[in-house]
Amino acid sequence: MRDQKKSEASTKFKFAETLSSKQHNTSWENHVARLTINGRPVNVDVDPSTPLLWVIREQVGLTGTKYGCGVAQCGSCTVHMNGEALRSCVMPISAAEGKNITTIEGLAQNGVLTKVQQAWIAHDVPQCGYCQSGMVMAVSALLKDKPRPTDADIDAAITNICRCGTFQQVREAIHSAAKA
Amino acid sequence: MKIQTPKVTRRQFIVSSAAVGGGLALGLRLPFGGPTVVRAADGSPEIGAWVVIRPDETVVVRIARSEMGQGSLTGLAQMVAEELECDWNKVTTEYPTPGTNVARKRIWGDYGTGGSRGIRTSHDYVRKGGAAARMMLVQAAANEWKVPVGELTASNGVITHGPSGRKVTYGKVSEAAAKLDVPKDIALKDPKNWKVIGKPLLRLDTVDKVTGKQLYGTDVKLPGMLNAAIKASPVFGGKVASFDASKVMGMKGVRKVVQVRSSAVAVVADTWWQAKTALDALPIVWDEGANGKVSSASIAKMLDEGLIAEQAFVHNQNGDSKAALASAARKIEAVYSYPYQNHACMEPLNATALYTADRCQVWVGTQNGEAALAATAEAAGLPVDKCDVHKMLLGGGFGRRGMTDYVTQAVVIAKEMPGVPVKLLWSREEDMTQGRYHPIMHAKLTAGLDNAGNISGMHIRLSGQSILASVRPEALDKGKDPFAFQGFWPTGEHSLEYTIPNLTIDHAMRNTHVPPGFWRGVNINQNAIFLECFMDELAQAAGQDALAFRRKIMATHPKSLAVLNAVAEKGGWGKPASAGRHLGLAHFRSFGSYVAACAEISVREGNKVKIHKIVAATDTGYAVNPAQIDRQISGSFVYGLAALFDQECTVKDGRIEQTNFHDYNSMRISQMPRVESIVMPSGGFWGGVGEPTICVAAPAVLNAFARATGKRIRSFPLKNHGITLV
Repeated sequence: MRDQKKSEASTKFKFAETLSSKQHNTSWENHVARLTINGRPVNVDVDPSTPLLWVIREQVGLTGTKYGCGVAQCGSCTVHMNGEALRSCVMPISAAEGKNITTIEGLAQNGVLTKVQQAWIAHDVPQCGYCQSGMVMAVSALLKDKPRPTDADIDAAITNICRCGTFQQVREAIHSAAKA
Repeated sequence: MKIQTPKVTRRQFIVSSAAVGGGLALGLRLPFGGPTVVRAADGSPEIGAWVVIRPDETVVVRIARSEMGQGSLTGLAQMVAEELECDWNKVTTEYPTPGTNVARKRIWGDYGTGGSRGIRTSHDYVRKGGAAARMMLVQAAANEWKVPVGELTASNGVITHGPSGRKVTYGKVSEAAAKLDVPKDIALKDPKNWKVIGKPLLRLDTVDKVTGKQLYGTDVKLPGMLNAAIKASPVFGGKVASFDASKVMGMKGVRKVVQVRSSAVAVVADTWWQAKTALDALPIVWDEGANGKVSSASIAKMLDEGLIAEQAFVHNQNGDSKAALASAARKIEAVYSYPYQNHACMEPLNATALYTADRCQVWVGTQNGEAALAATAEAAGLPVDKCDVHKMLLGGGFGRRGMTDYVTQAVVIAKEMPGVPVKLLWSREEDMTQGRYHPIMHAKLTAGLDNAGNISGMHIRLSGQSILASVRPEALDKGKDPFAFQGFWPTGEHSLEYTIPNLTIDHAMRNTHVPPGFWRGVNINQNAIFLECFMDELAQAAGQDALAFRRKIMATHPKSLAVLNAVAEKGGWGKPASAGRHLGLAHFRSFGSYVAACAEISVREGNKVKIHKIVAATDTGYAVNPAQIDRQISGSFVYGLAALFDQECTVKDGRIEQTNFHDYNSMRISQMPRVESIVMPSGGFWGGVGEPTICVAAPAVLNAFARATGKRIRSFPLKNHGITLV
């Protein structure tokens, strides 16, 4: 298995620095949300209704978490909030206050890919790959909850859309990761 | 205000430096390499156009076609590596830009990636590209050692002189090899000697997709970049009447409101979320034009008229179908219909453009880099040689990204803000309602059966939309769209694989204002349902086994018969089925390949369908990477079955009604059948992979459903009949 260099995500924003969108024509007050992303405290100064997804992508600058539908259908935007998988596209940043957020960039620790990521590589799961960040995050949460999931557990927990249709390989890789 | 200064990753650096420096150095002749050496951006020498060898032995294979998940990037690299005799573990890939291709007189050929032709129409020249590089490297070693080139062999990136045992690696002779002329007389390996082609190798592009590092078009970041959201007239053909920018200019982050040609309005802001929020608040008045009253019902009425119209384009005819049907002992007739469908790529459409007075660059996921370049030049109003396109990985394509409407929009917006890069991203709602839809088609199939239950004549009348008439009218054949007949051609790569006497297949072209487009498989999706479901209907009417009935008219179609027999055998056709299980068969030929499927289903409560298994076979002639073909089979079934069960774009008041995945659903893992693939290349031809298999899943499942319930469904999607996939 190839080693990953230390997650570059952690270098993309500074410790506890307030990240804001460039401010022009400001006509209302923003709210500074304090949260932790991939172990780093972040203060974000945006409109409080801004979805967590867009804060992660546009203010924090981590683009592994994807926009697919904006209505919590497809799961491409799945991240972990305090360890639970959730769809970040409908979660206002105000609701993420004080929470621990993990994105796809924060899964690998000290350059070592997780067993889910390793199983994904071994089973050659991704096709276009666009949904796979969300898929990997959803599966990682499932395996934390149910280390040896049955097919029925997988069916119930993994509701992400994949238009390339990688589901057969996803299922194989989940079982493989569970045994690893 | 503090602005973060993120550490620049290598990929971002390439993107950024290309923006600032005005283009990748690819193909530039740099002074330190001597007059004839062409160098890649990092200074490594090109060994012919297709291969760059770095000093550290890394082999860079140039890929002209686009990767959108289908795996042809890996397959194309395998074909170059086969002839190059390099170490597969040292292979990486890069896209030469379309602008460089134009500047170098299309040295990398066609960039178009559609019609399942990425590999099958470039196999010859990419293998020759690998072979030429090998010949140059070996010649360079021979020159250095002053030995006859015939005494050298190359394997795994190492050149060996047999008589002396001397060895040298490619990276050591690449500089010398780059100075040699590219050979013209190139012999390719006999397929029986292939070592890399035909192997189920892992893809080359996986790791970054599981760590979040992979950059798609939507992830492009350029210094000073702004973001745009767009809304086009919801009624196709409508125009912008007016909009009130003053209502949103005071909103946070908003920089500009731009009318995009006659039919769309975009808001440009610091972030996309700000742009989208402002766009939603922007009052826009539309001039809907003539199409504001069109509905699904009015379109259906027009197509139904086409089913009985006198005039139609004939594409496959023998004997006298009219007379045969008039005199048939029994006449069987069925009318089918297939809806509009959206591609719904996971990554919504997007493009980033940077325009200055004398140059325009675009970063985009596109299935057709050269068409994207042409669209860029047209929208920028600049000559092609002042423009370039940087191809990004596609988050799905399926035909939608072969169009360039979104590239044009991005450039038009960027032209309003010279010197500022602008990323245009469509919302999912825009993506759903501004599609280039799978064409709508109705069909009436009429067949005569003689007293022995043999087909004595058949007429298939198609009525519906032509894609070519809309997107490539110059490709029509005296008004006829041959692609409407995919799978029904008398000969060729989309041939009908039955021998039917007294046959007429014709098409009453009925075009609407809804823009159609190529959608994975294109017209095979409906044509395979029409024909293969009707074949089961005829077999049933004749009181014959569906497999035996087909075999009788397939004697001169051995390759189709072989795939059909393969799935029937492995799927358990003709053997006692498990309790409650029912089988269905289908086969079809398209894009040069022969495919078949046997579906095994059960049905609860009359309408809850569980697909337990689909056995699928494909004969692609040569199979470059069987593991990736296996994934294209199971993946295509997800795309095809989601369409069969759940997907329809309906028209009301001239616009598409569905706006997101809540009303245009897609399959989930719980609904996924087990797919057992049989990759059975018979050799001697190159058939397509990404599309042909998609069309057999639906008719196989429908035939099984009819066997399970006695109900023959002839209009789609199945949700309209209360039928769900569980």
